[in-house]
Amino acid sequence: MNPSPEDVGRIFREEFGRSVAALIRFFGDIDVAEDAVQEAFTAALQKWPVEGLPPNPGGWITTTARKRAIDRLRREKRGRELLAEAAWQSNGSTESEETGPMQDERLRLIFTCCHPALATEAQVALTLRLLCGLTTKEVADAFLVAEVTMAQRLVRAKRKIKVNHIPFRVPERDNLAPRLVPVLAVVYLLYNAGLCEEAIRLARIVDTLMPNEPEVAGLLALLLLTESRRASRIAADGSLVLLAEQNRSRWDRSLIEEGQEIVRRCLRRNTPGPYQLQAAINAVHSDAPTAEQTDWPQIVALYDQLFAVAPTPVVALNRAVAIGEVDGPAAALAQVETLDLDSYHAFHATRADLLWRLGRGGEARTAYRRAAEMAPTEAEREFLARGGRSAR
Amino acid sequence: MAQYLLSAHSVDGVVQEPMTQEQVMDVVQKVYALEAEMKSNGTWMFGGRLADADTATVVRVQNGSVMTTDGPFAESKEHLGGFYLINAPDLDAALKWASRVTEIVGAPIEVRALVDEPKS
Repeated sequence: MNPSPEDVGRIFREEFGRSVAALIRFFGDIDVAEDAVQEAFTAALQKWPVEGLPPNPGGWITTTARKRAIDRLRREKRGRELLAEAAWQSNGSTESEETGPMQDERLRLIFTCCHPALATEAQVALTLRLLCGLTTKEVADAFLVAEVTMAQRLVRAKRKIKVNHIPFRVPERDNLAPRLVPVLAVVYLLYNAGLCEEAIRLARIVDTLMPNEPEVAGLLALLLLTESRRASRIAADGSLVLLAEQNRSRWDRSLIEEGQEIVRRCLRRNTPGPYQLQAAINAVHSDAPTAEQTDWPQIVALYDQLFAVAPTPVVALNRAVAIGEVDGPAAALAQVETLDLDSYHAFHATRADLLWRLGRGGEARTAYRRAAEMAPTEAEREFLARGGRSAR
Repeated sequence: MAQYLLSAHSVDGVVQEPMTQEQVMDVVQKVYALEAEMKSNGTWMFGGRLADADTATVVRVQNGSVMTTDGPFAESKEHLGGFYLINAPDLDAALKWASRVTEIVGAPIEVRALVDEPKS
């Protein structure tokens, strides 16, 4: 059966990053690569639904896009210069890509998109556009900004890459650890912004291409384990369901197994980092058949380790919650009260919950109100405004 | 090969702990060594340390004739203190040099590419 236009669109989104990366490598120019893949998409929309899928759709896209771009560039002076440079740099690469395996250039591209010289919002926008193949409008919608604003942000980011000669390259060994930090941060940020599918896809790509980086594996495991609970996190009426009250039979077992297997591999490697430790904490939760059976002392121990490598107030807050499950709400509240997190809704929600458990209802209600005022999503706002856990 | 301006900025009124003679000598020696390294591998194009910004003079065209006034040009608290103009293959290489400069002199370094000259 021949593919429908929707199928063609889906295949293009899947193959977009790989093709754009291959063409950036070939032409040394992001705009040329993007336009060329777009032209190949138009060509595929006419051809595939009639003639059927080529044997290697990804290879077809890259080869077609490259031919189209070369034809177009030959017609302009600046284009001929670019082509001369490209030919010199690529040393006449092969034409057999349509059927054979292709060099995966996406790892270079993600390090370019997440270069520390770019602002975080630019890193995120470039990654979604170039690696995930989202349209400018889709990227804009994901971050609730106008399409024209996002278009400008992308243009500015690409210009910065161009004028500064930001390289299209995986960083050298001695510079890899600091350069990996923004890459992982962008992927995690995408997940937390609700782009769960894209984030997991990217984490898988980076993990496949960098199998010896334990923090990459840690991030992938963290995303898989968090994702395993997504369906049970939101109730039928759209309200938030706390971990302790979730229907654990609805957790996705295959995601949990995959995540836990990665966590076990990380433990054997024994080079802990923030993402691996957060993944390990999630693995302990997903191990417990009921909330009461959660191994809280183990979770406290992992939070101790996490706080040692990432001593942030937010980690301290989560650690306090775990302490509350082991030593009781009074011990937890004593820790929470020392934290300087007045502008963080989860701080007030945690405080409210502990106050309520200690029978200090009036103070709890005030804290729940403050938390509700600051909550970032409608589901959280509603949950907290009703008095959070105390209302159950 | 691209060209980059590495510029060191100083902020008016920020009084730094005065350095001992020994510390000054140490910084000077490290700067010399770094510049020698830049010169030995083709990185170096030009560089220099500027006299204080309050000694600057500005010329500008006003009503058709050139006026000379006491500077500096920008009424800002931050001023260019010194700079290097370097050759580097890409931004990563330029940032590596900039990192070494800031580690020695202590001031933040701004890195900006020069616009590529169009090929003739």
